[in-house]
Amino acid sequence: MTATQDAPTTEPRLEIGRDRRRKEDQRLITGRTKWTDNIQINGMLHLAMVRSPFAHAKITNIDVSEAKASRNVVDVLTGADLAETQGVLINAWPITPDQVTPTHLPVPADRVSFAGEIVAVVVARSQAEARDAAELVDVDYEELPAALDLKEAAADTVLAHPDLGTNKSALWKFDSAEAGTGGDVEEAISKAREGGVVIEREFRQQRLIPAFMEPRSTVVDPTGEQLTMWSATQIPHILRFALAATTGMPESKIRVIAPDVGGGFGGKLQTTPEEWITVAVARRTGKPVKFTETRSESLMSAHHGRDQWQKLTLAAEKDGTVTGLKVELLADLGSYVSLVGGGVPVLGAFMFNAIYKFPAYHFACQTVLTNKTWTDAYRGAGRPEATFGIERIMDELALELGVDPLEVREKNWIKAEEFPFTTVAGLEYDSGNYEAATAKAKEMFGYDELRAEQKQRRESGDKVQLGIGVSTFTEMCGLAPSRVLGSLDYGAGGWEHASVRMLATGKVEIVTGASAHGQGHETAFSQIVADRLGVPFEDVEVLHGDTQVAAKGLDTYGSRSLVVGGEALVKATDKVVEKAKPVAAHLLEANVEDIEFKAGSFGVRGTDAAVSIQDVAGAVFVAHNLPDGMEPSLDSDATYDPINFNYPHGTHLCAMEVDTETGQVKMRKYTCVDDIGNVINPLIVEGQVHGGLVQGIAQALWEEAVYDDSGTLVSASFVDYLVPTAADTINYDVGHNTTPSLTNTLGTKGVGEAGTIASTPAVVNSVLDAIRQFGVKDIQMPCTPERVWKAIQDGTAGATEDTVGAAAAHFDPATDGEGQSQRHDGNSSEGAGQ
Amino acid sequence: MTRIELKVDGATVSDDVEPRMLLVQYLREKLGKTGTVIGCDTSNCGACTVHLDGRSVKSCNVLAVQADGAEVTTIEGLATDGELHPVQAAFHECHALQCGFCTPGMIMQSVDLLKDNPNPSEAEIRVGIEGNLCRCTGYHNIVKAVQTAAGQKTEA
Repeated sequence: MTATQDAPTTEPRLEIGRDRRRKEDQRLITGRTKWTDNIQINGMLHLAMVRSPFAHAKITNIDVSEAKASRNVVDVLTGADLAETQGVLINAWPITPDQVTPTHLPVPADRVSFAGEIVAVVVARSQAEARDAAELVDVDYEELPAALDLKEAAADTVLAHPDLGTNKSALWKFDSAEAGTGGDVEEAISKAREGGVVIEREFRQQRLIPAFMEPRSTVVDPTGEQLTMWSATQIPHILRFALAATTGMPESKIRVIAPDVGGGFGGKLQTTPEEWITVAVARRTGKPVKFTETRSESLMSAHHGRDQWQKLTLAAEKDGTVTGLKVELLADLGSYVSLVGGGVPVLGAFMFNAIYKFPAYHFACQTVLTNKTWTDAYRGAGRPEATFGIERIMDELALELGVDPLEVREKNWIKAEEFPFTTVAGLEYDSGNYEAATAKAKEMFGYDELRAEQKQRRESGDKVQLGIGVSTFTEMCGLAPSRVLGSLDYGAGGWEHASVRMLATGKVEIVTGASAHGQGHETAFSQIVADRLGVPFEDVEVLHGDTQVAAKGLDTYGSRSLVVGGEALVKATDKVVEKAKPVAAHLLEANVEDIEFKAGSFGVRGTDAAVSIQDVAGAVFVAHNLPDGMEPSLDSDATYDPINFNYPHGTHLCAMEVDTETGQVKMRKYTCVDDIGNVINPLIVEGQVHGGLVQGIAQALWEEAVYDDSGTLVSASFVDYLVPTAADTINYDVGHNTTPSLTNTLGTKGVGEAGTIASTPAVVNSVLDAIRQFGVKDIQMPCTPERVWKAIQDGTAGATEDTVGAAAAHFDPATDGEGQSQRHDGNSSEGAGQ
Repeated sequence: MTRIELKVDGATVSDDVEPRMLLVQYLREKLGKTGTVIGCDTSNCGACTVHLDGRSVKSCNVLAVQADGAEVTTIEGLATDGELHPVQAAFHECHALQCGFCTPGMIMQSVDLLKDNPNPSEAEIRVGIEGNLCRCTGYHNIVKAVQTAAGQKTEA
């Protein structure tokens, strides 16, 4: 099944809804790309970072003499050398007024607080020489006890930053009784303990790594009036602001360019030590400077995602009607409070209640500092964690009641006729139809047939059992109404900016503040403008990702580009048409009130007289014959701030085969029916859904950032951090049900994160559904064959242990750090790792 | 330094290189063939895949000196006379790329796969491109593109 729109019946054919092939592809499939690492400038210097091997240690001495004497090395700089010239890294979202926030220097001088933190920087004439010399920097450390385990860290047994006196950074709470959005959750729970149902569960959201394919890279050229930075970033505008705010350079003297960027998934929604260092060295040397990370550096030091313990208490009546939900989170910030930091789990606060009509709700999140890599946004950012928690516990409720998991969901979800609906978390869901999406998904999936097969396999004692997993999700998309962000103490707004420029030749340049890194903005935005102005799709050029071209913007994350950036574009385009109307009236010798604009042409009502928008643009360009006093320009800007989020939703169904003898899981079928409102380009939407699904499935089955007892990341290569391959995955059945969003004129909802948010619980629920008959109650993610097998053997106990031994790969304690374990048998082998 | 001479995308090139220089570094740094990219430390991700004497190799896993006397084709030499190679065209047609960083390697590997097996099954395609990682597409449309390039009819 594909996402298709009804065939257009009017001429000319509308662009919106059309499966246009992407404009971006030509250069990407022929290798004519501009990745940051491709940039070479005469005299350019290269950086290599010396990183701490310890999770927590005092730096007692750094001897750079040998490195400095190394061939073609220009300088070797420590934290003491860079001192105040390096600036500082900011947290833009202090979630409480009393949040404990350690100072985050790009290169600390005295103490490191995670393995991978930079302690010295080598500047050399080539990358190879810089990396060679980095090996020669001799750093003495005095190792300190490290806070590694999240729960232990929350108890302050070992301090990640001893000077702060606590690991507890901030406690953020929402209570529906206090907020006036619902009842008292403790009351609901007490009542349910007496005569209803109480489900209490604790779930683990393991630590993940965004693992974008293009390693991060930054080039800074300080020659010229403006300092120019190219960076593999999702956020050129925020980066420019933060640089100016922390280095003392005027914002107007900084130009940031995000050229072709090879994926982000939240992982490039960051301001990084490496960027700040590259700026500092470029300013110090007066030369262009480049830093490109290796993959192991990326996995070790680019921010991680997720990492929560979730304690959930759900209260319900005996008939399955939910009466209250209490959520208590522990969230691992890692060693610093990053750009969004504790804001990520806080975004989940609005989503745990999901599509259900909980009358009472309480959410509390304690953020905790540890000596691990700092965490921040990863695709979904807070919402996958929330969706996992609620969709897992709704299954537990169904099990307790002995009913189908879809039945208990339907009993509690918001009905189609109840929209708009104000939730217990205080959000107003504008549109949706959970019944329709679910009915369509069930039919596409063959739900009843698969349930029958499951029953038959269970009865026959088949060695391969079938499980069916459900996830009915919603999310809040399109960060964001600035007032909402302000009320949550976020340090910026959530508007987006667009400009439309009518060129003399009739072509159209549009400038967007959104910054694409694989999404296909150039194609989708061209479609919107082509329809709106009645110009050919090919005649629209989309410019973005350069602060000198796109002067205003708030960049790309949180599924905001289309729903916020696209709406800004609509408004700018409409202004162009309004400006053109008096010119058209003048040229046609008609009253402006009689001018109608349709399909690229200004006509006079009731006559055949007309002039095209291109001709009007040409007339404005020469400015020979314009109405008196008219400014000779049609170009228009718009800055749009949404009034509300939008709320995509969908029903995801997963059929999983579990080999009960080996614990191997094999996905048989995956069907999703998403409601993302009106679709601009179904081809791009389908691609976003596929990719999102696989990232969510990967959390359920394969991926985990694993640390050993001393705080070393042992999953620091693609051999150990299991980004899925083509051979691990299947084809997906993607369908849509459409209820247009009412919060933007295009009627669109975000789609970038939907697949990732929805799929993880569907997959885990499917694995559990296959093997609950063996007494299994939970399996900690990722559901590896080992964990599934252990769960089958002894119920849940063996399945909730941390990843150790062979699965933790190299540096296994069993080998005394000397060798590497074999993945297949866990035995150590000769050799010193790879 | 060692003198090497080889043919890259149809042109003969000659350079003195350090013996430790990798083929991918030679392509990018010496020849400016930046269409071929580096995605990992070595041999895990396949982003740097090129053809060496007509077979796909991960160019981070070959020393430049090993390519002495050889013929190398990169993504930049795949289209002929301005005509896209059928695999390139199929990737565009099937929306088999998003950020495009893995795409050069993925296309070069797919070309090699189809050379060995002009009519692969879905399973054979999936195993055949297993050494190339993509983080954006979930592989669904990449598999479809390879099927399309092979002249197979695909559903969704």
